[in-house]
Amino acid sequence: MSESKEPQASGTAGVMDPAHGSSGSEVGGGEPAAALPVARLDDPHLQEATRYPRRVEAIVALSFLIGIAGICAFGGAYVERAGTQAYAASLFVGLFFLGFGLTAWGKYLMPRGPFVEERHSLASSRSEQQAMAAALVERTGIVVRRRKFLGGLLVSGLGLFGIVAAFPLLRSLGPRPQGTLFKTNWKKGSLLVDLNGTPVHRTDMQVGGILTVFPKGKETTLTAQAVDQTVLIRVQSTTLVTMKARADWAPDGYVAYSKVCTHLGCPVGLYEQELELLVCPCHQSMFNVRDGAFPVFGPAPRPLPQLPIYFDTTGFLRARSGYDQPIGPGFWERSTIGNGKASAT
Amino acid sequence: MALIDSRPRTRREARRELGPYGRVQQAVNELDERIGIARGGRNLLDKIFPDHWSFMLGEIALYSFIVLVATGIFLTLYYVPSQAIVVYHGVYKPLDGMHMSQAYESTVNLSFAVRAGLLMRQMHHWAADVFIGSIVVHMARIFFTGAFRKPRELNWTIGILLLILAILNGFIGYSLPDDLISGTGIRIAYSILLSIPFVGSYLAFFLFGGAYPGHIVIERFYIIHVLIIPLIIIGLIGAHLTLLVRQKHTQFAGKGRTEHNVVGSPLFPQFAAKTTGFMLMVTGVLGFLGGYAQINPIWQFGPYEPTKISYAVQPDWYMGFLDGALRIMPSWEWTAWGHTIPWEVFLPAVVFPGLVFNLCLAWPMIERRFTDDYAMHNLLDRPRDRPKRTAAGAAVIGLLFTVFGASATDVLANYFHVPLNEVLWFFRVAVIVVPIIVGFVTWRVCIELQHVPGAVKRKRAMVVSRTPEGEYVAAPAPEHPGDEHRELEPEPVPVRIELEPETVGASATTAPTGESGVRRALR
Repeated sequence: MSESKEPQASGTAGVMDPAHGSSGSEVGGGEPAAALPVARLDDPHLQEATRYPRRVEAIVALSFLIGIAGICAFGGAYVERAGTQAYAASLFVGLFFLGFGLTAWGKYLMPRGPFVEERHSLASSRSEQQAMAAALVERTGIVVRRRKFLGGLLVSGLGLFGIVAAFPLLRSLGPRPQGTLFKTNWKKGSLLVDLNGTPVHRTDMQVGGILTVFPKGKETTLTAQAVDQTVLIRVQSTTLVTMKARADWAPDGYVAYSKVCTHLGCPVGLYEQELELLVCPCHQSMFNVRDGAFPVFGPAPRPLPQLPIYFDTTGFLRARSGYDQPIGPGFWERSTIGNGKASAT
Repeated sequence: MALIDSRPRTRREARRELGPYGRVQQAVNELDERIGIARGGRNLLDKIFPDHWSFMLGEIALYSFIVLVATGIFLTLYYVPSQAIVVYHGVYKPLDGMHMSQAYESTVNLSFAVRAGLLMRQMHHWAADVFIGSIVVHMARIFFTGAFRKPRELNWTIGILLLILAILNGFIGYSLPDDLISGTGIRIAYSILLSIPFVGSYLAFFLFGGAYPGHIVIERFYIIHVLIIPLIIIGLIGAHLTLLVRQKHTQFAGKGRTEHNVVGSPLFPQFAAKTTGFMLMVTGVLGFLGGYAQINPIWQFGPYEPTKISYAVQPDWYMGFLDGALRIMPSWEWTAWGHTIPWEVFLPAVVFPGLVFNLCLAWPMIERRFTDDYAMHNLLDRPRDRPKRTAAGAAVIGLLFTVFGASATDVLANYFHVPLNEVLWFFRVAVIVVPIIVGFVTWRVCIELQHVPGAVKRKRAMVVSRTPEGEYVAAPAPEHPGDEHRELEPEPVPVRIELEPETVGASATTAPTGESGVRRALR
């Protein structure tokens, strides 16, 4: 009997003694613990949740067997390179049925309960709460009152560090925008070339044709393409004037607009030939090609900037100048008057 | 303590010294003496999880996240986050000879040349969509049942932060393949940053390392996607679950359920079995989707080129509300004093989501302000009992569904052969009308439901039969076999389980150590 006095063994003594019944017992380790709940095996809470345990057992077993087969099949499919669908089917069968069986086991074959747990307030007593606040306030108070000067120095030092540290963290991430957003690579005399660097001749395009062009020499890099992309369209009219003061911007019906949507910068890639509308597929802004690419539908706030072009002596298209305003979506520093009509200079 | 120091001489003695629980007892003791696990550990095993299906929604989110991490690790082994241009000569012949970024090339390669790579990629994508979807549904459950009330406001806040981070990481993640559609998405994100007053161009340039598209954005997105945001998400999930354990679950009112207890199944073994099984099922279903439901076939979109675009560009579902808001926004742009505020972008893409998420974050405070209810709440509301809250939530959901629908204006116009302009104006009207109608109808329905007698109780079916004389007789249906299995009064989780009394009695006399008197009955 001496074993029962040992800490570990004594913990079970109460259970052993029928006289204690379900009152629980003390655990070893010296401190008395709260009574731990004990139940008898025939307690209804401990019975299976289902009334048909044999049937459920069979279903769980079958489910596990299917799952095991699925896992084996997954391994086999992987070895045999059987393809995505085979991996997926076997993985699904394997994991789903193992999971299904385990869930059914937990739900129907384990003690049905329900069990209950008491909630205890997480809050400490009022005096504990006050003690915490007092510790914070009074100790800080002592420190600050006695060494205001030191505290000030420390705070300004750390504050300075915060500001100084933010500089490399943020500022080094990229250059300042400065004028970048206002500029494209289009200059006076830029030769219009397509993606392959081929210049556009007077005779190259049919009426209704559309081509994406870049200033020569800049057609290869993505960053340049992203801002320079210009859509060149040949319309029916050979004397197209899109706006006042743009009389000679569209020779022979060739008209060029920035391809960057003024809404969110998607390429304005669709051309509705009959209505002569440029359409942005992202948010369906539509720009009237004849009317200075003025937006006739959708959320775009401004016309696409127009590139003034001319034929040089050899019959190739060149830019008269760059764009007269920043291309693409709006931003804080942008200052051009919005509607474009008035700003055509 | 002298007894402990005296070492056992025989194996049997050693075993006896360990008590009835053998090696496990020894391991528990060793750990407990060092780090004190016994009481807290057992409390954790006894933690009660309410047996209501709606508590499973958060589990879907958690397990989707685990799948995301596992498949994501696989993907990082093959994905190359670089915008350097290469010429493709891989197994997918239609792209042969095309110029593309290494990011796109490696994504195509891991889809076609790596065994099970496509499955992993599509599982990852599906898991992301399911992750965010289940977070939203879980959040709706928390909202409509009032589970966010004191003391759980902090966990509500953490949950919303998780949702925002999940959406953000989802967007960044599907941008990584650098295909034509996601590249357009990145350009739109850049333009949205540009639209922010005062700092927009700086933010855009700092994120992209210069003007769009630059050379570094994919690398930056990569490290944000695989390290920075996942770390924050893991930390927040840890905090979410720690708070859940510390504050214990909420529960619906019912037999034996009060503000001061939780009724249900203990963590071990019932809940552990059910939830582990559920995790396997979620993973299996995501695997099925990954193999049979094609998602984001980037090889069909082609590599990103800044001058190209494809038709019917839609983002993943969780970005739909932003896209829809951008589409139906009128083209208002202010230009004054040399500055521009692009309201047509800033309002729908920055202010609108900001308002929605801030409304969610502030809701516990707002509700407290109106109800003056500062009490602790552990019992859940039925949505009908809080008509105003339910109506407000339904209205916001109605609004979000409407703007989500608006992200398909072009597709709807094509499909129904309706002019795009009419579809657009339909949504512009609907976005104002739908929330009002939904809110009002929900409020009325809640009030009506409150007056339905016995609506809470499940009623027995009545069987109506006709006698040969033509008389109709109604009688209660026979009890369904399942109904006899009535729920018992809840009891505390038993720590020890006794065998049948006679066995205990017998062993008490014959085996005083108790080795045979106690056994684990929980299977």
